[in-house]
Amino acid sequence: MAGAWQDEVFETLRRAAIRQIAYVPDAGHARLIERAHADPDMRAVVLTTEEEGVALAAGAWLGGQRAALLMQSSGVGNCVNMLSLPMSCRMPLLMLVTMRGEWGEFNPWQVPMGNATPGVLERTGVLVRRVERAEDAAETVAGAATLAFDSTVPVAVLLSQRLIGAKVWVR
Amino acid sequence: MTHDALDRRQAVATLLRDPGDLLVVAGLGAPNWDATAAGDRPLNFCLWGAMGGAAMIGLGLALAQPARRVLVLTGDGEMLMGLGALATIAVQAPPNLAVAVLDNGRYGETGSQHSHTAHGVDLAAVARGCGWRAVCTVTQAAELEGLRARLRQEPLFAVVRIAPEEAPRVMPPRDGALLHHRFRAALLGSEN
Ligand SMILES: Cc1ncc(C[n+]2csc(CCOP(=O)(O)OP(=O)(O)O)c2C)c(N)n1
Ligand SMILES: [Mg+2]
Repeated sequence: MAGAWQDEVFETLRRAAIRQIAYVPDAGHARLIERAHADPDMRAVVLTTEEEGVALAAGAWLGGQRAALLMQSSGVGNCVNMLSLPMSCRMPLLMLVTMRGEWGEFNPWQVPMGNATPGVLERTGVLVRRVERAEDAAETVAGAATLAFDSTVPVAVLLSQRLIGAKVWVR
Repeated sequence: MTHDALDRRQAVATLLRDPGDLLVVAGLGAPNWDATAAGDRPLNFCLWGAMGGAAMIGLGLALAQPARRVLVLTGDGEMLMGLGALATIAVQAPPNLAVAVLDNGRYGETGSQHSHTAHGVDLAAVARGCGWRAVCTVTQAAELEGLRARLRQEPLFAVVRIAPEEAPRVMPPRDGALLHHRFRAALLGSEN
């Protein structure tokens, strides 16, 4: 399931000088998480809730480092008020969000937040970019990283459920 | 639970005396006003919101600046909203990060409602349970000098029991972009 595009995204994060990778695990991020832990130039930070990562990224930026925050779409709901931190302080934020509840979903509990994810991000002021095809993933993330860190704005890249591959539900 | 009557302003004035190049993150509300009363400075990042995020901002900063000391100064209510940060920080174990919680057993800013610590929740025990190895609770004025020193050399989690009385507001700039840019300029130089 670890396709080549996940490795390209990781290399893109390296090239963008990302030094801290914070995450609440999602199966769709498994490869990135593995690579982050294995890379001596990266600090992988496992979070108890996604909003911790928004605050961590702000601290990293204050200290002169760049962070990326990995989560699934349900985690976007956990971030909402903390997004006022990069918004009020005009700080960058780079979020990579694996989408659930939008395509081939077997778990109805994923649907409400999956459906709300782009709207919630946009309403809080986060710029939203979306990847549908594997060949676009690295380039979209590279563009989002430049946008986030050079224009100092919060950006989320939504990795579509179709791209990730619908989770197979075995009863 | 009864709280000893440490005065918050005096306690924070002692803890932040001669800050040097200490990087300070202060939680929203009264801890922000206390840090500012001790002396507004670019290397104070004092929050006006982001409740529950102070300790995690400290973690990101401490990981980015391993050669500098970072102190997070926050309230019991703010810490309670982000308790998971105690677990996350303990896993990362940055040697240069200390957290001091000003525990008045109250949500001061919103009308002094009792917080969980007023009902016996022990933040020091939570930190210990999360894996923090250096943990202390301070209740006496005579302990503050020692605490000041420890906060600048150890990865310490400290609960400072303060009286519930509020102190007059002493406020830093409200503009988060200004707070962010002056902090980075002081730490990293104006090119950044
Ligand atoms: C997410 C969120 N919920 C509630 C509030 C309202 N609020 C502002 S300060 C505060 C209490 C802070 O208490 P504490 O951290 O213990 O500081 P104290 O004033 O008691 O020193 C609350 C609940 C808020 N700003 N943000
Ligand atoms: Mg309090």
